[in-house]
Amino acid sequence: MLMTRLKAGGPAIAKQGILVAFIVFMIAFSLMSDRFLSADNIMSVFRQSAIIGVMAIGATIVVIGGNLDLSVGSMLSFATVLVVDLHDKIGPELAIPVMVLATLCLGAINGFLIGILRLNSLIVTLGMLSAIQGLVLIYSGGQNVDIVDQRGTWFAIFGRGAVFGIATPIIIFGTLALIFHIIMTTMPFGRRVHAVGGNPTASVFSGIPRSRVVFMTYLISALCVAIAAIILGSRVMGSQNNVGQGYELQVLAAVILGGTSLLGGSGSILRTVLGVLMLAFIQNGLILMGQPYYTQWLVTWVVIIVAVWLDVAAKRGRLFSPIA
Amino acid sequence: MAYFYQNPALRWLMRNPIWGFVLIVFIFFSLASDHFFDARNFQNILVQTSTIGLIALGMTLVMINGNIDLSVGATLALAAAFAVDVQSWAMFTTWGNWQILPAVCLALLVGIAMGAINGFIVWKTGVDAFIVTLGAMLGIRGLVFVYTGEQSFYAMNFAYSDFSALSVGPLPVLAVIFLLCVLAVHWLLSRTVHGRNTYAVGGNREAAVNAGIRVGPHMMINFMIIGFLAALSGVLLSTQMGAATPNLGRDYELWVITAVVLGGTKLTGGKGDIIGTLGGVLAIGILRNGMNLMQVPAFYVYVILGSILIAVLFLDKRFNASTDGGLRL
Amino acid sequence: MNDPREPALRLQGIVKTFPGVRALDGVDFEVMPGEVHALLGENGAGKSTLMKVLAGMYQPDEGQIIIAGQPVRMTTPIEAKAQGVVLIHQELSLVPEMSAAENIYLGELPRRSLGRVDWKTLEERSNAILTRLKCKFRAEVTVAHLSIANQQMVEIARALTVDARVVVFDEPTASLTDAEKVVLFDIINDLKAQGVGIVYISHRMDEIFTLSDRITVLRDGAYRGTLTTAETNEDEVTRLMIGRSLDLSRNEAPRDFGKTMLEVQKLTCPGLFEDVSFSVRAGEVVGFYGLVGAGRTEIAETLFGLRVPDSGEIRIDGEPVAISSPRDAIAHGISLVPENRKEQGLVLQMTCRDNMTLPQVQNLTTGPFVSQSAELAIFDQYRDKLAIKTPSWRQSAGVLSGGNQQKIVIGKWLSMQPRVLIVDEPTRGIDVGSKSEIHQLLRDLAAQGYAVIVISSEMPEVLRVSDRIVAMYHGRIMREFTIDEVTEDSLVQAISGIKTTEAA
Repeated sequence: MLMTRLKAGGPAIAKQGILVAFIVFMIAFSLMSDRFLSADNIMSVFRQSAIIGVMAIGATIVVIGGNLDLSVGSMLSFATVLVVDLHDKIGPELAIPVMVLATLCLGAINGFLIGILRLNSLIVTLGMLSAIQGLVLIYSGGQNVDIVDQRGTWFAIFGRGAVFGIATPIIIFGTLALIFHIIMTTMPFGRRVHAVGGNPTASVFSGIPRSRVVFMTYLISALCVAIAAIILGSRVMGSQNNVGQGYELQVLAAVILGGTSLLGGSGSILRTVLGVLMLAFIQNGLILMGQPYYTQWLVTWVVIIVAVWLDVAAKRGRLFSPIA
Repeated sequence: MAYFYQNPALRWLMRNPIWGFVLIVFIFFSLASDHFFDARNFQNILVQTSTIGLIALGMTLVMINGNIDLSVGATLALAAAFAVDVQSWAMFTTWGNWQILPAVCLALLVGIAMGAINGFIVWKTGVDAFIVTLGAMLGIRGLVFVYTGEQSFYAMNFAYSDFSALSVGPLPVLAVIFLLCVLAVHWLLSRTVHGRNTYAVGGNREAAVNAGIRVGPHMMINFMIIGFLAALSGVLLSTQMGAATPNLGRDYELWVITAVVLGGTKLTGGKGDIIGTLGGVLAIGILRNGMNLMQVPAFYVYVILGSILIAVLFLDKRFNASTDGGLRL
Repeated sequence: MNDPREPALRLQGIVKTFPGVRALDGVDFEVMPGEVHALLGENGAGKSTLMKVLAGMYQPDEGQIIIAGQPVRMTTPIEAKAQGVVLIHQELSLVPEMSAAENIYLGELPRRSLGRVDWKTLEERSNAILTRLKCKFRAEVTVAHLSIANQQMVEIARALTVDARVVVFDEPTASLTDAEKVVLFDIINDLKAQGVGIVYISHRMDEIFTLSDRITVLRDGAYRGTLTTAETNEDEVTRLMIGRSLDLSRNEAPRDFGKTMLEVQKLTCPGLFEDVSFSVRAGEVVGFYGLVGAGRTEIAETLFGLRVPDSGEIRIDGEPVAISSPRDAIAHGISLVPENRKEQGLVLQMTCRDNMTLPQVQNLTTGPFVSQSAELAIFDQYRDKLAIKTPSWRQSAGVLSGGNQQKIVIGKWLSMQPRVLIVDEPTRGIDVGSKSEIHQLLRDLAAQGYAVIVISSEMPEVLRVSDRIVAMYHGRIMREFTIDEVTEDSLVQAISGIKTTEAA
């Protein structure tokens, strides 16, 4: 009964599943903790979610294009270590562009291997995850890096500053989300990414330069990582050499939670933002309720599977898989 | 050229290129390092390899099925935590060394249970195994942290931590366990009905369903096997360390998948075997060990492994070019 | 064992509905032991649904399945097989990395203790079956290494593991060579002699008339009658099948061609086609007729920049051009409506409008943004022009009917204002009504001055739309006909590789 209704009410409900779940969680948490919905708390959740959020924007575009990027965690370590280390050596005004360029090079390698050579993206980025982690360790000699003069540098503005009372990470996250949402929904490039992810063969038969489109998605992903690294480096004013370890999966979790299909061709930046915020609010809400920090991961487990399950179930029109 | 194709050893190598690579790194390190070609070092390599290797055996089954399991590192940590913690439970204080037995059994059961949960969800919901086990990877790791209170557990019973120092004849007991598991899983995959069905389910799922193979329970069994092997790996690792830390096994899923893919198992399912996987884990083991002996910083191993993984993929694509006859898509 | 007067299998009043469609509407069908009963119908007539009901993959909503006088319920292919009803799939359902023997006994491998496979029994039994089928390969060989025909033999061998009462063949000759067909027909006759009932599904008339004893025709999901093969002819069968006589009418449009738009000289792609030369004029439709695999699609793909030719020259509007990608082809005014709509033509989850404007979306911009109004203008124009039935441009292309999907793809390429339009199998899998609409459309396009190439495997289609017909066989052009001089016989001979003198 439920499923027939789900199917009849069809895509509309399925598409808004994440929004419904989000609202349910918000209401539940706000009932259990009166601090949860305070402006301060909401702002701090937004601020904390910015790094994962910025990376998730790039990851969403890669996934819509029909691929995966598991190397973003290592890449974040790489970029953060690089920008922090160079900060004191050549100054922030040079450190930032050098780091961005270097990170884009890594993205270009991904893009070349996956877009041009057409290698499996899961394995390539798995290999890159390992290789980049190695690069970071070699570069840093296994040491952690930090910025000596943490008060005197304008670099602090990205992670610690605020504009009109809104923390800079939030502004960066929001602006990027908006820009890339517009690109993906209203510009030819966005249309092409959707087409290539949805049906690569038909895209080629429509004259779309498939290789170049995929290549670009990895450059964008790398760019997002570089920006996330600026926020992270600026907030911490230092970096462990494995700071991004495990980020790739949290990023992917947010993307999946936002309803972007791993098969490619469909997905939305704004709903990824919802996915990111939902994970952040779950984390925050559980902590406010006095739960151990890592309970959030348990909840995330359940939330991801239920969210994707309902999505899959709505598409096939029955709750349980028909296989015996 | 004709000789090349007729020589059975060379033909075998053509089918299992990873063993050619194993041979090359083996010869290379034997020549390059004074300490490599040494019985004691070979024992080390086997012991070091066993941790990743045990899980890789299970991953081979799961990947031939066309699935993947990203949660093995977390399962390993959970099992290790149980194994070390349970033996110090008050109810077992009077059991002497026997207190290890319920601890290990419980740890292995926990591993099987985690696998069963993954497999059951994949079966019943029809959600892709990648997503299901990605969720489980976070969730089970969360479970580990909550269970351990983010602390490490130390084994109070010295018999437990001495276990890993035991030997059977010339071989360390850990290596023996690993090799027995290799034989068992190889036998399972190549000789039993379940093993052959594993290829059928991954190679052509619809055909398997139509032929009456119960695909759901079948996949669930393979997830339980990998859960068991991950737990076993966790128990053995904790005997080596005499402790269980909540971060144990992080990134292991990546190493394991690397090893299995190096061994020739296809992500798309239907293809692969234990001989290849053994080659894959040995390649990684020898590389790490040899570079360590040559005092190359461990960092370089990451770079080399990542590069090799991508190179293997590239070569595989070149040599097994698809049959579309030059259509440029 | 089988009583010859009792049908091996009988279906009575089978009804099967899917949401919105009555796929089978009271179908009766029976097959006697030792009989070959052909099941005939156009695409979408309900053949494959009926077949899946037979094989236990679908449950009928109404009606009865009676096997050897007993009503039965079959809810899975296994149960059907246990009842002695076996299906030989059109798409091979084998596991490529397993041996032939393992495939033959898939799902029921003989066991020993500890769940081990009993290899000895397995291979003995499998080899016995393969010998019975006169196969020249051993059961130990890996299926991936077998030819398509031999893979099909494995599929057939699978049917013989049980005491089959009824074997259903679904388009078994689709990928076989002539020599392989002879072997298959021998096997079918053998089975028949052993008293097995054969259901033979095909749309190749010649095969059906060679093989079958009776013919049952379905149209639009309904039973249209059963004929005795010896007492009927192709005409009668066709009439039942499409509800009227087969339309072999010729294109009789006045011929008024412009200048040569496309000229191909000695184009060669080794192994696919060789020494191919032809030209197409503005306002002309050139039909490429031949069997599947004759190299026609590959020529189209080469013209569209998806393959690199070894040698040869392509001239557009008199100018030699180099085409190395679809973008080049598009820039030179070549459009290709590909053979496989769903895989090559459409991004199924995209909206109809977005699919239609995909090749030119980067040009439909105001500033950096895609201009919605420009897109909608194109969509509306071609929706009206091609009479595409869709509730809204927002509809994703995947949910449209085959005919409307094909029109979207045609609209997509017409909107590019091509100089040369190549259409590969334009009506495959499309219902009769949409078919004639698309034929008319192709004629209209020629009248508007397009140079059109139509690739088709259906003779009525090439006869209806072409001004000239190029007959291909094994990668070579055998003959070129004008529509006035072509005869059905000469066309059939040309695509079968029989050289005829020009005087004929």
